[in-house]
Order: sequence, then structure tokens, then C-alpha cells
Amino acid sequence: MRTLSEHILDIVQNSVSAGATLIEIIVVENKKKDICSLTINDNGCGMDAETLSRATDPFFTSRKTRKVGLGLPLLKQNAEAAGGSFKLESQPGKGTRLEAVFQLSNFDRPPLGDIWNTLYLMVLSYDKGELIYSHQTEKGTFSFSFNELKEIVGDVSFQQKEIREGVIEYIKTNLSDIEAR
Amino acid sequence: MGKIKSLADLRKMKEEVQTKIKLRETSNHPEQVVQVKVGMATCGIASGAKETMKFFIEELEQEAIDAVVTQTGCMGYCYAEPTVEVTLPKKDPVVFGHVDKEKVHEIINSYIKRGELIDGIIPVNFKTIDD
Repeated sequence: MRTLSEHILDIVQNSVSAGATLIEIIVVENKKKDICSLTINDNGCGMDAETLSRATDPFFTSRKTRKVGLGLPLLKQNAEAAGGSFKLESQPGKGTRLEAVFQLSNFDRPPLGDIWNTLYLMVLSYDKGELIYSHQTEKGTFSFSFNELKEIVGDVSFQQKEIREGVIEYIKTNLSDIEAR
Repeated sequence: MGKIKSLADLRKMKEEVQTKIKLRETSNHPEQVVQVKVGMATCGIASGAKETMKFFIEELEQEAIDAVVTQTGCMGYCYAEPTVEVTLPKKDPVVFGHVDKEKVHEIINSYIKRGELIDGIIPVNFKTIDD
């Protein structure tokens, strides 16, 4: 994965397949502390201790179409290669919390990427519940809620050109206002 | 319309366009429109499925084809990512492999518009994938 956006797009599907109705994605950039962290919380079915301990094993997966599961291991590898850390906590029946920390100034830290396109594509595909994306920098915080957006757009299609461009512009403008990168 | 900075701007814009566009009738009858599912598991994303999906949306819109574009998981053809499953109304789903921008054009022009099969189909005896 080349960007943090791609990781997010990938990892969130774990939450979706865990049946989560509330997914929270929090990205924090802090220049003073020189960190960039990605936290994903969900209220999905969670994992028992054994599954959790194997979740970052590339040769472990919960699905049956193939024998590898690379989403989490790749994120862990990227975080650790960029002077950071990776933590995964889960409770069966309650949900899962993932935290990947990168060193902000590290040369190997994947850039944020086109998170506006990523979020837009996620809106099109994820209709089972609420997803909140929030991005904090030293300049401020931008939060984005799927439910709020769906309420505004109502019965107009998200694929409608004006809506698509509007949503993407909205995310882009707000992120550039807080100097997210 | 100026820059869209707030949800209020977004709402205003939606109201402006709502008057001139058709509503999402399609969502009530998904079997009557073209369905495009883009394989977006780790393997797909790493091969550029995000661009493929975005391009599909833009192209279908340009051609004014009613279609629902969504993500799906890994179809088990990781070697051929990005993979796309296209279901024409009342037809069985067809899976295409190695779908880059050029292939998107070809799929839309030949298969979706004219129903002609093209190269790059993954020969399958499969129903739809729901994982």
C-alpha cells in the first residue's frame, strides 16, 4: 500500500465484514511530537484472543476464498518501518480498536493520499451504518459523518456528478484548511 | 456556485441539482440497472482498484448509463487484479480481470453498451460473490 488512504480503504472492510454499525476513523498529525497516528474503532463482532493473536499473521485469514490475509500485516509493517508502532485490541461481541502510529517526519511514512476519493468511494459502498472520519492537526479538526451526509443528499444518487464533485470538494477544502497532508 | 466548504453549502447545492435531475429510482430496482462491482480487497487496492472504480463512475456518467458502482471483496483472482464484476439487467454476472483505464473503456463500449463479450473475462462457473 502506498498511501494511508489505501490502508484505510482496506482495513475498514474488516470492520464492515465484522458487521459493525459504527466505525470511527481518526487520523492525528502532530508536528511537535512528530507523530501521525491512525486509529480505527468499530463495534463489530470482535475477535477472541486466539484470532487476535493471529490477525497480523499474513498466512491467517477469516475468509475462505484464499489462504492469505495481508491487510493488517502490511499496515503493521509500514508503521514499524516508519519508526512507529502497531496495536490491535479486540473483545468478542464488543468491537475492535486498531492503532497504527507513524513517525511524521520519517522518510518511509506513507503519505495520506487522496482521502477525499477514498471516503467518497466508501460512501457508495458502505450503507450498513455510521462511519465517522475525523482528522486532527495543530490547525484544527475536521470531522465527516456518513449519516449526516446521507441525510443531506437524501434520495439523490451519490453518483450524480454534482454531488460527487461537491462531496469531494467539501472534504478537500476542509482538509487543506487544517493543513492535513 | 462558489466553493463548497460546509455542510450547508453542500445542502444548498443538492437542492439546486435536485430540481433538474432524476431521483434515485434505481435503488428500488437494482435488478434493472447495470451493476458494477469492483474487487477491493488488499490485492485489488494494491493493484489500483481505487482508480478503476473512480474511472468507472466518471465514464458511466459521461455515457449517461444508469449503473450502480460498488466495492466488493476479493473474488479469489488476485493475480488478475483489479477485477470487476459486471451484471447487465437479467444477465449472469461476468468477471473481467486486469481492468485498467483502457479496459474500462472497452468494457463500457463493447459489453455494457452492446452486449459483446471481450477478452479478459475470467472463465468462471460462479454466481455472485458476497464476501
